[in-house]
Amino acid sequence: MTETIDFFSGFGANDLWFLAEAALRTLWISILSIAAGTFLGALCGWLIYEGKIWATLTLTPVLDIFRSVPLIIQLVLFYNFAPIVGLNLDPFASGVVILTIYTAALVANVARGGIEAVGRPMRRAARSLGMSYWQDMRYVVLPIGGRAIFPSWIGVALGVMKDSALVSVLGYVELLKASQILITRTQEPFLILSIAGAFYFALSFPISRYAAKLEERWAQ
Amino acid sequence: MFDYNFHWRPVMKSLPDLLEAGLLTLQVATLSMIIGIVIGLLLALSRMKKTGPAYWLATAWVELARNTPALFQLFFFGFGIGAFGIHLSPFAIVLAGLSFNCAGYLAENFRGGFQAIPDTQLRAARSLGMTAWQAHTRIIIPQVFRLVYHPITNQMVWAVLMSSLGMLVGFRELSGETQFFASRTFRIFEYFAVTAVIYYAIVKIVLGASRLLAMRLFRY
Repeated sequence: MTETIDFFSGFGANDLWFLAEAALRTLWISILSIAAGTFLGALCGWLIYEGKIWATLTLTPVLDIFRSVPLIIQLVLFYNFAPIVGLNLDPFASGVVILTIYTAALVANVARGGIEAVGRPMRRAARSLGMSYWQDMRYVVLPIGGRAIFPSWIGVALGVMKDSALVSVLGYVELLKASQILITRTQEPFLILSIAGAFYFALSFPISRYAAKLEERWAQ
Repeated sequence: MFDYNFHWRPVMKSLPDLLEAGLLTLQVATLSMIIGIVIGLLLALSRMKKTGPAYWLATAWVELARNTPALFQLFFFGFGIGAFGIHLSPFAIVLAGLSFNCAGYLAENFRGGFQAIPDTQLRAARSLGMTAWQAHTRIIIPQVFRLVYHPITNQMVWAVLMSSLGMLVGFRELSGETQFFASRTFRIFEYFAVTAVIYYAIVKIVLGASRLLAMRLFRY
């Protein structure tokens, strides 16, 4: 009795669905990390701007480390460090934690630049109109500074979305990992990588175009 | 809670190997930057004229490099083009992937630089009897380099950080070497912690060297 088992099978419609689902997971982990990281980063940027000596002395070097060590090393390091202190995190949670801190490190610089962009005279004017510190922050610094840094914030967010591909080293099945799984089965690396690339491109290209257009319009 | 014993001795024993791998990291990053600057200049010049096949090719290159993850690009050079029977060595994969990426990002920086140089500079140079080639190499490009020096430095840091992805395509640069040792001894955390420190040092050295170079290049 001879029976051949088809070990490798071709690329089908089901696989396209599998990739689309993985793209959603990429999107999900990115949105979560970007949202949390932006909040944390804005906080850090504000603390550094306000220049409380302890904040500057501790935050600046720490954030600098997260910008100067490759993300992949950070991920591996954290994933292997968490169990040592008794935390059992799955790849998704580890990825979110590191991507959040990584985003925060990048956003902190951007946010500080945004606050600086508003300029002292404008803020003094706001305060002399009787606004409180927080009113000044909410109604003057946020709209003006936020607008100044919006394009670079989009750049950071898209960068994090692309870098989320690295969470695949921990075993989280996002877009790139899913394409690797499919390649192992179908042995069609060119086709599948092209589709995965198209997904990334479709996520990133429209937003980066939009940011470029905005920057152009605001520059005029 | 803290019942993990750190073992640093194996790491210290392989420290010379790691440092040597760090040199390889620096080497591949520098090479890819040189290739990236040359191609990036050509891409930027091709994109200045808004029509023709050169414009479309350059635009496709830039948008692909900027809107897909670096890891995806590495995989593409790794086993994507393997479908056509082209098999590169791990070193060539990393070099090709990083150069492709750097060229795309640098092209946009260069384009901004070229646009910032007034047309009159070129016309003045030409009216002094310089050929187009002379005017570009002696008048325009030196000014552009001064403008984009900072972005180039940043890109160099990115190239160092990105080269860590070589670990996933079997290249034994700093990260690959670390993974090799870590998987032999199972001291994953210790090895990657030391590697993180080495990366941090490399980035600081690159930034310091760039500052020194700037002092020599741009004194008036």
